[in-house]
This record gives sequence, structure tokens and C-alpha cells, in this order.
Amino acid sequence: MAERLPPKQRTKIPRQEMPEQNAKQRAGNFEEVNQGFGFAIAEKEAQRCLECTDPKCMHGCPVGVQVREFVDLVLEGEYLQAAAKIREDNVLPAVTGRVCPQENQCEGACILSKRFSPLAIGHLERFVADYERSTGLVGLPERAPDTGKKVAIVGSGPAGLSCAGDLALRGHDVTVLEALHEIGGVLVYGIPEFRLPKDVVRGEVDNMRKMGVKFETNVVVGKTVTMDQLFDEEGYDAVFIATGAGLPKFMNLPGEHLGGVYSANEFLTRVNLMKAYDSDQSDSPIYECRDRNVAVMGGGNTAMDAVRSALRLGAKNAFIVYRRGQEEMPARKEEVHHAMDEGVQFLNLHNPVEFVGDDEGYLTGVKLQKMELGEPDESGRRRPVPIEGSEFEMPIDVAVIAIGTGANPLVQSTTPGLETNQWGYIVADEESLRTSRRGVFAGGDIVSGAATVILAMGAGRTAARSIHDYLVTGEW
Amino acid sequence: MFAIAEATFLAPDVKRFRIEAPRVARNRKAGQFVIVRVEAEHGERIPLTIADSDPEAGTITIIVQGVGKTTKMLNRLEAGDTLPDVVGPLGEPSDIQNFGTVVVVGGGVGTAIAYPTAVAMKQAGNRVLGIVGARTRELLILEEEMSATTDELHLMTDDGSYGQQGFVTQKLQQLIDEGEEIDHVLAIGPIPMMAAIADVTRPYDIKTVVSLNPIMVDGTGMCGGCRVTVGGVSKFACVDGPEFDAHEVDFKILSQRNKMYREREKRSLEEFEMAPQPELDRVHACHLQQEHPEVGPRVGGA
Repeated sequence: MAERLPPKQRTKIPRQEMPEQNAKQRAGNFEEVNQGFGFAIAEKEAQRCLECTDPKCMHGCPVGVQVREFVDLVLEGEYLQAAAKIREDNVLPAVTGRVCPQENQCEGACILSKRFSPLAIGHLERFVADYERSTGLVGLPERAPDTGKKVAIVGSGPAGLSCAGDLALRGHDVTVLEALHEIGGVLVYGIPEFRLPKDVVRGEVDNMRKMGVKFETNVVVGKTVTMDQLFDEEGYDAVFIATGAGLPKFMNLPGEHLGGVYSANEFLTRVNLMKAYDSDQSDSPIYECRDRNVAVMGGGNTAMDAVRSALRLGAKNAFIVYRRGQEEMPARKEEVHHAMDEGVQFLNLHNPVEFVGDDEGYLTGVKLQKMELGEPDESGRRRPVPIEGSEFEMPIDVAVIAIGTGANPLVQSTTPGLETNQWGYIVADEESLRTSRRGVFAGGDIVSGAATVILAMGAGRTAARSIHDYLVTGEW
Repeated sequence: MFAIAEATFLAPDVKRFRIEAPRVARNRKAGQFVIVRVEAEHGERIPLTIADSDPEAGTITIIVQGVGKTTKMLNRLEAGDTLPDVVGPLGEPSDIQNFGTVVVVGGGVGTAIAYPTAVAMKQAGNRVLGIVGARTRELLILEEEMSATTDELHLMTDDGSYGQQGFVTQKLQQLIDEGEEIDHVLAIGPIPMMAAIADVTRPYDIKTVVSLNPIMVDGTGMCGGCRVTVGGVSKFACVDGPEFDAHEVDFKILSQRNKMYREREKRSLEEFEMAPQPELDRVHACHLQQEHPEVGPRVGGA
């Protein structure tokens, strides 16, 4: 157990950096880029916490993790208790510690950030969760007595898992229904191994099983079992829809059907979920990227994940094609820098206008148009305007379209009486997350549109509170 | 895990499985499919049409032609073995109405896909004419089942070894020429066959529906790998189909997209057939070795 330093000395400690694989080496493998804190670094970093009486960090966290308390337990060397403390509010600490944009959330709110660097809360959360996993033990908060109420969670992404965890702790009988063959949603099909190892996700899912949550894969709600059957035949008292925004958007350009043109969802699903990166073992093929030119269209985190995956698949050149400038790029700064360090080439202010192919139907090139920035649009970002006569063709063998996703209509279209908005997202009350159907709640990307892992988890927590109220009172 | 209740060969490399999947059996309609994985760790997801179901027994029937690694691995399984993943029913059900006279055309293993829709069409009160074709006699499947559900069944083989010699398209053209009033055609088989059927019916403006077989991954609309061009517009076969108006489908694009991984598929199959033993161990260790004592190092394709 470490002695607490006086506050003045705490601020003298520099923020501890995360050790990472060097850029050249990591661009050739799918192993995790960030290597995690060791005990000594974790303790040193934990010392930097000023133990605020009104901790802003906790309010900056969408699920309200009790940062001060868990950091204190880290300093005391009580790592499993620290894990249990985090798990009171967050069922996926090993995940969120890795993928949250902390700079906009807990760390952005940290009082230290006013004059110094913020406490590395994400790295500490990850340290605690990784320690827990390395011991095979798990720090679990206490579960309330069984209530006898059954809840079905539709979708096993971050929103569904977070809701399931909270409801299990409140003593409800919770079953998560997942359409794919593996649990985790975007955590297993979207975010690549080098940012979030799948073992980490599996570990967290196992921890949830220990909390009493049940999981069923290969269940497409609306097809395999209908909403009515869940209530009438399978005896569920409430349902939470957390199916995400998994419908890929295409650009509707000529040649989009060509072999070698992918949606980011397909490209990443093949690489991550189907393990196509391990071509010796996996039966799922991916179009050859080795020694070829790959272009990823888009500037978000998904685009960064796709382009960095392409590099690791052996691409000779991996390009980001983005219609605005570097400043407007929605991806996390850290991801953009990681991509640059690894050798990704950025074609900012470029927009594809056509995919070009050969007689066999394979992609051979992309016609790009140069753009310039005009007046700010409704999103506040400067609008890209095409430059007349600037088109040119680039030889490209693989193109990945990462310009966003929409609402998958599967559950809505098969569930009578479930109200959706003009874009197909489910309409749910902002406070209670209740939908137009009694007993049915919805949250995460299927309500808000594509957002972040932690915001979806926050929605899952809100839903859990609201579902609990409904189950206890029976009032709608 | 999904237990295999029954497994029977219908033709060389074509095997019928009855699989325990109660929720799928209860909700499935004609025209829908499942996605299956055969091997838990590294297996791929492949789409297979539900040929039949028994909601009481909680089973579905699939008919599988061994054409590549995964289907050949599947066809080595027996009753009592299990599949790690079966998900469905997926896709839109067939449009079943009382059209009048419906011609159901099945080519090769496509007959297994056409069969459930033929049954539903008959139940809806249609006069159902069947045309079933295959390359040669031993590849012709479901004769008995199709015969029981159709008012008239025409069997065709390319080499004339059974039924009449010729292609299914020739028989359809002949029916039209003979003045048969056809209100609706459903054609399922290899892409060139479906394209040829569409060409036969187009001049007569006979509504023709085909069930498309593009490459799929998830089968739930989240990737667009199965996108097909219909009426100049991109559609996802897994959620918008798999059945589409044959006169609107761009068969050339479909055929090109289906060849996208040909080299890799060939290599997977070769590796599998060159070294079948460890693959079999992964599927079901003791069982298959007893059932197939002849399995050993074997060279060459099917």
C-alpha cells in the first residue's frame, strides 16, 4: 500500500505514458498497439489523483464510474476491490479503458487538466481490469435477491451488455439475445484486434455470466422469435432493444458493385469476427490486399480501423480519402496519429465520384474529385465544395466505404406498433427510454444513431433504471 | 449447438439434413434460409435454404451440395453430430398467392430451394407445373416430393439418362408454345439457368421470380456483401430477397461477384481434401473415423 503524497507533490508527477508497440513493427501485426500499465506505473499515475470532494471526472463519465474511489483502491493495492467498485457502474472496464474517447469525457473533466495533464483514468481502468483477468479472479459487486422478473435484451453490443449487467445486479433474470454467433456487437465485429483483443471481450462476457446474465447467440429477434412470442410464449416481462446502427451506407456511385468494393462493416466483419486476418486458419476469405492499393472512404474511427487493418493485411499503399480537411475529421486524434505513424496516406479534400473496373468485374481504380472548403454547414463544419475539372483516376484494387451507418430495420419492421422516426430509428422517451409498445424499451445507436461505445453503455444504464422501475411498479 | 437428427445422401455429394432448431422451425416460411457454421473456431458462415420444417418436432430440413470446403465438411456429418451455429429464418418469405397456373423450375440442387415454395403455391390453390432438371440421372433430386406436390412434373436431364433429354428452358419454351396459360414462374438453379429462364419468359411478359444466391456473411443486412443489382438499384439479397423479379436482375454482376474469392475457395478446398484427417478431428473425432474408415490422404478435387 502506497503512502498518499501531499497534493503539491502529486501535481509534480508527470502523466504516465502508455507503452506501445513501435509503429513499424505493429503495422505488420494484429497484436494490441497499447501495451498497458505495469504495477509501478499504475501506482505512480494513481498518486496524481487529487481526490476532489466533488469529482468532476465521475460526472464526465457517461456511466458515472466512481473514479476517485477506484483510484484510491489502486493506491491501496486492492485491485480486485477496485474492479468491483468500477463494475458497480460499468460492466466492461477492460473495453472502455481501451476504446473510450476519455479526452472528451472523464479526463476532459479532470481538475488536473486545467493546469496539468489530466489523470490517465482510462489507462488505470484498463490496468485494473487487465489485472483482474490475469488472475482469473473477478471483483464483482453484490447482486440483489432474485425478483422473479424476466427481461430480454435484444442485441449484445455495449448498450445491451451494460443494461444486462445493471438489471442482473438488481436481481432480475436477464437473457441477452444476439443475432451473430459471438457476443459483443461492434466490440467483436467492428473494433479490430489491435485496438481491442477479442479475448478481452470474451473475458468480460464471462464475468457477466458470473453475475448471472444468460446469453443466447443465433437469435434474430423479429425472425427467429417475434416480439409477441417473447412476451406471450417465452414469459418475458420486459424487452430492451439495443440493436445498434448496423446498416451500412453506400455512396450510390457507378461501379459500386465491383469485386473489391466493400462496406466497412463487411470488411471489418470479415477481418475481425471471421478472423480473415488469420488466413491460414480462417475459412472466411478476404479480397487480396497484400502488395496492393487500398483506399478507405471516410474520416471517422471506422475508417481509421479499416485503413489500419488494410495495412496489416499487407497493403502496399493504404489511403484515407476524405472530402473535408484534417481539422474536420471526426476520428479521435489518437487514432489519426496512430494511423499516420503506421504509414497511412491521407488524401484530404478528395471525394470519389466513380469506381472503375475491368471486364471481369474487378475494381481497378477510383475516380476522385478535389474539393475545397466553403461556408460552414448546419453541423458547423465547413462544407466541402467540388473543384470543377479536377477529376483524376487513381489505381486502386480494394475500396472500403466508411461513410457511416444507419438503422437496421429488422426488428422495427417485424414488430407491429413500434414507432420509428423518418430515418428508421426507434422512437423512445428521452428520460425513460420507453417505446410506443408497453414493456418495450430501446436505447443506444438504434435510438440515437451511431455514437460511441460509452454513450451506448450510458443509454443501457438509463434503460436498466427505467426497466427496473417498470418491473417493480407495473406502471407504464 | 444444433443437433443433427437425420442425415441422408440424396445424390452423390448432395445430402439432406434434419436439424433440431425449434424456434426456426416454428417461424419459418417458404423461401427463407438459414446461415450455418460447421466449425466453431475458424468456420465461415454459409447460407442454405430451408427446404422443409416440422414445427411439432422442432426440426428444419436443409439440402446441401458439397461444392467447397465448408459444404464438403458439412456433408461428412451424420445424425447425432452437432452444428455450432444455425441462425434463421432469414430473408423475406416467397410471395405466395393464388396466381392461377404456376410453373416451378428447379435446376440441380436448386430443386431443394424451389420445393418448399412449390408446396406453398399448391396449398394456395394454384395449378402447379414442375420442371426439374439435372446434368445426369443420379443428380436429379426430390422427384418423389416434387411429384407429390405438382399437377404435372417434367423431368429433364442434359444427357438424356433419365426423363427427357434437354434443358429446363427448352421444356418451358415448349409449354409456352403448346399454348399453356402460365401466370407465374419460379426458377431456382445455377445463375446461367435462371438468366436463361428469364430470357424465355421476358417476351411473353410472364411474371418470373428467381431466388438469388450471392455471397453472404451475416445474412441480417449489416454488411451489404450480398448486394445485387435489381432494376438498376442495389439491393441486399439477405433482407430484401432472396427472391427478385427475374426480368430486373443483373445476372452478369451477380455471376461476377460470386467469383470474387474463387482462387481462395479453390485453395481452401484443396487443402481440405489433401489433409482431411485433422479437419475431421475438429468436426467430430471418433465418429467419422468409424463411419469413414476409407478416409485417408486423398488427392484431387470432387
